[in-house]
Amino acid sequence: MTVLAVQSMSVTRRNRTVLKDVSFEIGAGELVGLIGPNGAGKTTLMRAALGLIAAQGQSSLAQLSPRERARAVAWMPQAREIAWPVTVENVVTLGRIPYLGGAQKPNDADRDAVEKAIAYLDLEALRHRTATRLSGGEQARVLLARALAQQTPLLMADEPTAGLDPSHQISTMQTFGKLVKAGTSVIVSLHDLGLAARHCSRLIVIDDARIVADGPPAQVLTPELIQSTFSITAWHQTTDQGTIFQPLEVVT
Amino acid sequence: MTRLLAFLAALLAVLFSAALVLGPADIGPVESLRALVVNDGGALTLVMREIRLPRAILAVLIGASLGMAGAAMQGYLRNPLADPGLIGVSSSAAFGAVLSIQTGVAATVAFALPLSALTGALVGVFLVLALAGPRGSSLTLILAGIAISALAAALTSLTLNLSPNPFAASEIVFWMMGSLADRSMTHVWIAWPLIALGGAFLASLARGLDALTLGEDAAEAMGISLKRLRLTLVFGTAAVVGASTAVAGAIGFIGLVVPHILRPFVGAKPGQLLWASALGGAIMLLVADIAVRVVLPSRDLKLGVLTALVGAPLFLHLIYKTRKEGL
Repeated sequence: MTVLAVQSMSVTRRNRTVLKDVSFEIGAGELVGLIGPNGAGKTTLMRAALGLIAAQGQSSLAQLSPRERARAVAWMPQAREIAWPVTVENVVTLGRIPYLGGAQKPNDADRDAVEKAIAYLDLEALRHRTATRLSGGEQARVLLARALAQQTPLLMADEPTAGLDPSHQISTMQTFGKLVKAGTSVIVSLHDLGLAARHCSRLIVIDDARIVADGPPAQVLTPELIQSTFSITAWHQTTDQGTIFQPLEVVT
Repeated sequence: MTRLLAFLAALLAVLFSAALVLGPADIGPVESLRALVVNDGGALTLVMREIRLPRAILAVLIGASLGMAGAAMQGYLRNPLADPGLIGVSSSAAFGAVLSIQTGVAATVAFALPLSALTGALVGVFLVLALAGPRGSSLTLILAGIAISALAAALTSLTLNLSPNPFAASEIVFWMMGSLADRSMTHVWIAWPLIALGGAFLASLARGLDALTLGEDAAEAMGISLKRLRLTLVFGTAAVVGASTAVAGAIGFIGLVVPHILRPFVGAKPGQLLWASALGGAIMLLVADIAVRVVLPSRDLKLGVLTALVGAPLFLHLIYKTRKEGL
């Protein structure tokens, strides 16, 4: 089953080509890492695929009505924004908005989804705390729970590990891994190639507005690609502790 | 939440009755309320139905308008310092009213002044939307609002500056301070349809404002159309604030302070804050209007002056408290 199909999508902003003729498909149960240097077009690709910005070409999600789309994909923007001092439980409940009509109150199914999301991310102890007073890592968990409460077949997250400590980075990726095992598909943009190599089942590499590689990490992260795309060298090895990918030096 | 709304509604009912029985005509409360319901054909019924009732109704309508518009504006901009005047409606409405006083149109028929104020508000809103564009961000909306506010204020000053008639000038100045004195049922009939319509617009924003807690991108991905939300907000605010300014002049601080006070009681949820602030605004304006009649009955203390006098220190206190809590 395909959860997202993008066909020859291009985005031009201010006369600058930000994405050029990008095509890919995401199937069920994939954990796709979107990698590429700063400014390569990762965020643009995700927002265009969602239909949040105008683009040429086709995306299966952008064709849906806003309400249908909200039930097909959950989106976590890079900025972890919680504007008001609301409780953790209320933030997670916001994920049910696509299922609620006008003045409708959350029903049992909605509450059940919220409870599951809270339990999934181990937020029980924080449930009644004010979300804006939590640490960055805790807020990231709360916002992930919000996205889970949306109960969509696809989750898209823009740099979900940015600014987190190592344990939060790893547990975020492990949560994605758990979701994927349960049948959800996840697309994450990442800067940490080590995390990408270790946790993703597939990597899409974007450089200079186009896709330059797409496949399993071991096939994608070749020394040539790493040098041409990221201008670095790296130590890449499959060990008895899993895949290790450590960037080493900048190549000029 | 339900308990808070019930409490506010009960308080509002008590204050509404108090506003009806208080006044310079020295009549007992029971007697005056009876005269309101039963037409005795005398002066008392006239005082109750034509003077006190419209004044109390307007206080409720306008207070609710300002409170709700303030909560909506703060929710949309995700900024507790936003106020309904931010999109330039109140200043352009005031300019419309000032023009009609200056040209003498206001003296011709009772509803000439409110109608020209509404025209001013309408022109202001369309200018703001034209400047901000249909798809722009919240920032362009604020900037356009500030530009239009400044322009309307400058034109108002110009009118005062060039006014050859000192009486018209002083009338303008007093009108701009905001008051509910000597308003009639005509004013109620001008204001309420617009306030009801605008209020319905603003009330429909609740879910979208909740979603905006997570930012514009996340809200849009949850199925909220930001474009429609913004248009609904602008037209709703323009209708309620334009109608309020048209019949009562500029009354500040209610839209700023009321949502701020009530936010902790609704768990900071922007959607629920709309209704709570509508009730809270009505309560605050009723209290203020009772106060101007009780504190200085003979000097015609202006309502807008009192709300600013009480509102500004209250706001400072709130800021101080907010700072201490590190929010």
